[in-house]
Amino acid sequence: MSAQDTGTTFSSGAGGPSPDDALRVEHISKRFGAVTALRDINLHLRQGEVLGLIGDNGAGKSTLLKILCGFQPPDRGRILLNGQEVTFKSVDHARSLGIDIVYQDLALVNELSVYHNMFLNREKVRWPLLNNRAMRKIAREHLDEIGINIPSVQLPVARLSGGQRQAIAVARAVFEDAKILLLDEPLAAMGAKEGAMILDLVLDLKKRGDVSVIIIAHNYGQVFQVCDRVNLLQHGEITLDKYTKDTSVDEMTELVVSEYRKALRERHAAEGSGTAEGSGAA
Amino acid sequence: MSETTESGSEVIGAPPPPGETKAKNLTVRTLGLFGRQREATVLVVTVALLLYFGLSHASTFVSQTNAVDLLSEIMAPIAIIAIGEVLLLICGEIDLSVGFIYTFAPFVMLFAIDDYHVPAFLAVILGLLTGVIAGWVNAFITITLRVPSFITTIGTGFILLGMTLTFSHAEPSEIPPSSISVGRFLGVPGNPWQWAPFVWAVVLVAIFHVVLTRTRWGLYTISAGSNLLGAREAGINVNRIKYGNFMITGFMGALVGLQVAFYTNNVDPSSGGYTPMFYAVIAAVIGGTAMLGGSGTIFGAFLGALVLATLTDGFAILGVSANPLGIIFGGAILVAMIANVQLARLRGAGRSI
Repeated sequence: MSAQDTGTTFSSGAGGPSPDDALRVEHISKRFGAVTALRDINLHLRQGEVLGLIGDNGAGKSTLLKILCGFQPPDRGRILLNGQEVTFKSVDHARSLGIDIVYQDLALVNELSVYHNMFLNREKVRWPLLNNRAMRKIAREHLDEIGINIPSVQLPVARLSGGQRQAIAVARAVFEDAKILLLDEPLAAMGAKEGAMILDLVLDLKKRGDVSVIIIAHNYGQVFQVCDRVNLLQHGEITLDKYTKDTSVDEMTELVVSEYRKALRERHAAEGSGTAEGSGAA
Repeated sequence: MSETTESGSEVIGAPPPPGETKAKNLTVRTLGLFGRQREATVLVVTVALLLYFGLSHASTFVSQTNAVDLLSEIMAPIAIIAIGEVLLLICGEIDLSVGFIYTFAPFVMLFAIDDYHVPAFLAVILGLLTGVIAGWVNAFITITLRVPSFITTIGTGFILLGMTLTFSHAEPSEIPPSSISVGRFLGVPGNPWQWAPFVWAVVLVAIFHVVLTRTRWGLYTISAGSNLLGAREAGINVNRIKYGNFMITGFMGALVGLQVAFYTNNVDPSSGGYTPMFYAVIAAVIGGTAMLGGSGTIFGAFLGALVLATLTDGFAILGVSANPLGIIFGGAILVAMIANVQLARLRGAGRSI
């Protein structure tokens, strides 16, 4: 597959959509004024699969993410969950349908304990008081079950490391019955050990099989280890869709770099042709 | 920083051997005690102050008259208003108008009895309701119209003061004698009703301490102040929590206003104002409530109120004249706060002011 001919078709070595996809996105487009953020995006996520959605800053990752989590609607195109077409009215609505986004910093309330965070807005209550004992017990069991080991669920989240916080946020989403998890830059600002911990957590989720995951990242080195498949997003289009085993970090790097060189060549050509468009200074 | 990260990942990476778990649990428990030290520090200060005045001026300080002065007259108003301010500060707001609710509410009761012949009991309820409504207005302007509460409540405070002065013609009045039978439950001089303000303070502090630490309302109040976006993300109706806390604060202001009016047998347009509000905010902060929101305790604020009351009362007994009292008082507040902040920094608790 040559890396250059990525105009409108994308290099697909990954089968293609099938009826039993957990999530399917068809012909999604989004414009902001004169800027086309997303152009005819097609994407699918199989049941229990871990998909890496990779792209540089400005490639349209966050726009796509906001559409998938129900934060904003697309201009065109449709989204199917388990074969059913859905229109997300809000983030809450998307969550109730089983698709949940996990942000690194936004998710947790630092001053509250781990178990209060896991039950946030779904507390167990023995009116009028919180049933803390029950919540502690369930939180502990749940964390053990998906292999997250923290010294105590009573610790305030502020005392945990970045990786532990991320793990708790993921655990909470799974706990709330999310079937599709969107992890936004889960490894950003994390040390190697911390990152490995999150990747292990994703692998554990994959083993369970009832959760499908999309990892959004712009650094693909680490992500590659856990993804079954990667999609590369460039300038609002998906330019590569391959199983991880059929591609490599090198190929993707090459794709991104060659695309950059191509753009550079085109710009030089435009400047050289003398039509300049008054944009020479820029 | 990197150290915590390292140990953190170790902890989570693989289940530690059983012995290690035990050691970790002990650490956690010790940390838990440290977490509560915010209150512990104030408790030590309170006990020290009480001991000092108690031992050095036993004859005057340790007497029923002085106990009533200290606990019912000086401390109770601060502690009760502080309950509201703690809740507001934790969820990221403040109410500077509560002292003027305190001024205004007794007049509502007075006019209801004198001009409209409302039964005393209902008139007291009307006074309290005034506070709740004023709190709602503060919330409406702050939450719905999005004016910072600092500004909102300066504005509504002026309006309440202006209304009080206008309606009362800036004249104090006596409490209508018919209402004393109801008013004594709020506190009037003489045994046993002189203890009522203190009992109210203790009961309300106990109730709201439980509300803050053991109910959803408390969790959501903390969430709203600690991570507003995250709380909204989780589907918490943050606005409802903030409205409620403004209304609770208004209620507390009105309650204290009525109590003071009955206790002094005087409905006075010059009572209340900024002073009791500032005392309450300082009590909250001395007690460990963060000015930036997210954390705080009502029991701590109660101790803070006790510290302030002990200082006020104690210096009066020492015979310190009114003129330099401000210097001593301000100095004491700053020393208490510096100790709090520095101790919190040593504990590594991060945001603490």
